[in-house]
Amino acid sequence: MTITDSVDAAAVRRPPTSRIKRAMLAPWQGLVLTFIAGLNIGVVVLQVDVLAFIGLGVGLLLLPISTVVCRQLANLSRHLAWRWQGVNIQRPYRPKPRFQRGVMGIAERCRWILRDPATWRDLSWSFLDMVVGFVLGLFAAVLLLYGIEGIVLSALWPLLVRHGYNDWYTFVHVQQGNEKWRWVPAGMGVLITVLGFYAAPGLLRAHALWTRVLLKPTRSAELALRVQRLTETRADAVDASAAELRRIERDLHDGAQARLVAMGMNLSAAEALLEGHPDEARALLLEARDASIKALTELRGLVRGIHPPVLADRGLADAVRALALDSALNVEVTADLPGRALPPVESAAYFAASELLTNVAKHAGASRAWIDLSYENGLLRMTVADDGRGGADPAGGTGLRGVERRIGTFDGLLTVTSPPGGPTVVALEIPCALSSPKTSSS
Amino acid sequence: MRVVLAEDLFLLREGLSRLLQAHGFEIVAAVDDGPSLLKALIDHRPDVAVVDVRMPPTFTDEGLQAVLAARRQVPGLPVLVLSQYVEQLYARELLADGTGAVGYLLKDRVFDAAQFVDAVQRVAAGGTAMDPEVIAKLLARGSSREPLGRLTAREVEVLALMAEGRSNAAIAQRLVVTERAVTKHTSNIFTKLDLPPSDDDNRRVLAVLAYLDR
Repeated sequence: MTITDSVDAAAVRRPPTSRIKRAMLAPWQGLVLTFIAGLNIGVVVLQVDVLAFIGLGVGLLLLPISTVVCRQLANLSRHLAWRWQGVNIQRPYRPKPRFQRGVMGIAERCRWILRDPATWRDLSWSFLDMVVGFVLGLFAAVLLLYGIEGIVLSALWPLLVRHGYNDWYTFVHVQQGNEKWRWVPAGMGVLITVLGFYAAPGLLRAHALWTRVLLKPTRSAELALRVQRLTETRADAVDASAAELRRIERDLHDGAQARLVAMGMNLSAAEALLEGHPDEARALLLEARDASIKALTELRGLVRGIHPPVLADRGLADAVRALALDSALNVEVTADLPGRALPPVESAAYFAASELLTNVAKHAGASRAWIDLSYENGLLRMTVADDGRGGADPAGGTGLRGVERRIGTFDGLLTVTSPPGGPTVVALEIPCALSSPKTSSS
Repeated sequence: MRVVLAEDLFLLREGLSRLLQAHGFEIVAAVDDGPSLLKALIDHRPDVAVVDVRMPPTFTDEGLQAVLAARRQVPGLPVLVLSQYVEQLYARELLADGTGAVGYLLKDRVFDAAQFVDAVQRVAAGGTAMDPEVIAKLLARGSSREPLGRLTAREVEVLALMAEGRSNAAIAQRLVVTERAVTKHTSNIFTKLDLPPSDDDNRRVLAVLAYLDR
């Protein structure tokens, strides 16, 4: 299935840091996991008690609160799995409906919580993670430290035993009179340190993957989330196209239509004047001609806004090149597209490029811009970069939001990096298929 | 003068053909799609071709492609391309081979018969006829850059008309000044832009367009 495949492909990436750094961080991260495992004990006790008290009614009041606690901890674990191990775990919870006020609202709220499979999966995870998280985390934390302890024991053996130290390190009894074993703890320690160095990151990764098993959305929850997203983007698309049609209607009404009416009136007036006042008739005819040119100019602008002819003629790459040529900025376009996308996708990408270039010209204070188009693994990628002052905020202007909405209909994603001082790089990705290229037109 | 006419809309084809015949042109072929245009251009070798960009079978840039293909076989074959809209990208492609004898105009320009016929004749004679809209966009791009910013308003006006492909005489008439004044402006422009001066109208246009385009 394409949906889950694409999600799974993106779900696990390489851990974000280098091997050595990971090994150094592992003991501390292990400690955190152990701590979370401890918190899970509390969470399980809390949640089970609250559930048990539902019969008494008090549980109904407490359930929303205990569930928040439970979900917070689960979300923290999801976050850490991504942060530390690059394992992406989507939040599976059903969207919160609108609740009524009063008693009915409380009942509805509890129903919403209890009927969400994620609630039960969270609870099972908390229950099992008490053990799994504790063991994996603890091993990751102590292997290194335990290895170092062995080395220290060997090094300081005489000193320690003189002060009455008497304890076991693995199978070695560290005590007075057992000196023939002195360097064995060091050897064991080195082995354990090396083991810890290699194994601890693996243990943490194992924990992240284990967490994913229960905390990721089930197939049906995934589909529910998908439906929710589709509902939102569909509403956006419908709104946008309705607004577009209204704009076109208004432009036609105020522009070309009005000019044609004026032309008609001028022509009939000219006809009436033709006999007696040929000079006035001529003036009216010239006026009619000018009106027709203006009407054509307006229609041209309108057509460009609906579907630019060069996009229909040549496809995305050349249309973006044409945009670049029309821009006041110095824009460099590189494109590597092995075919053409479907017209709606091309159109969305084109208008995104147009909007982004306008943004650059208006706000970035840039002198140069670069646009790169490429296609890889089923993703159409467009990057628009400039040498401007940066500080672009997707939440701030309506421009970037508009672009996001436009490509959202096609499950496209927009990422903006724009540190203050620049440079700004806006990248967008739209999943789509490319048709085989039309016979090349050099 | 022998003309090949390519336009798929019957009304426009008839109108253009009537207009051209009224001004003494002979229509040797009137075609309505890309493949037959290419064939007509190669077979008839007209003195000038007047071609619509969008035609069957694909209704994209069929006419332009046919013209470019024909000019690859017959370099410098004079063509005037008409379109509902102008793209700098297409203007570039038409000018790319550097042989001139190229026109690229909005269809609206046909309304002014005298100007239009002048453009056809200019192209037939190996000159250039670029739509003012193309030139305006080129100028807009360069206007903030040095040394284009150093030109006076009048010089920019002259530069624009020159880039459209008009001769000094035509520019003088258009701006209602003497031809001597225009010559002075053009030589100023060439000095300021550091372009090699040329008396040949055609080479002059290509130099200007190449300058604006870079």
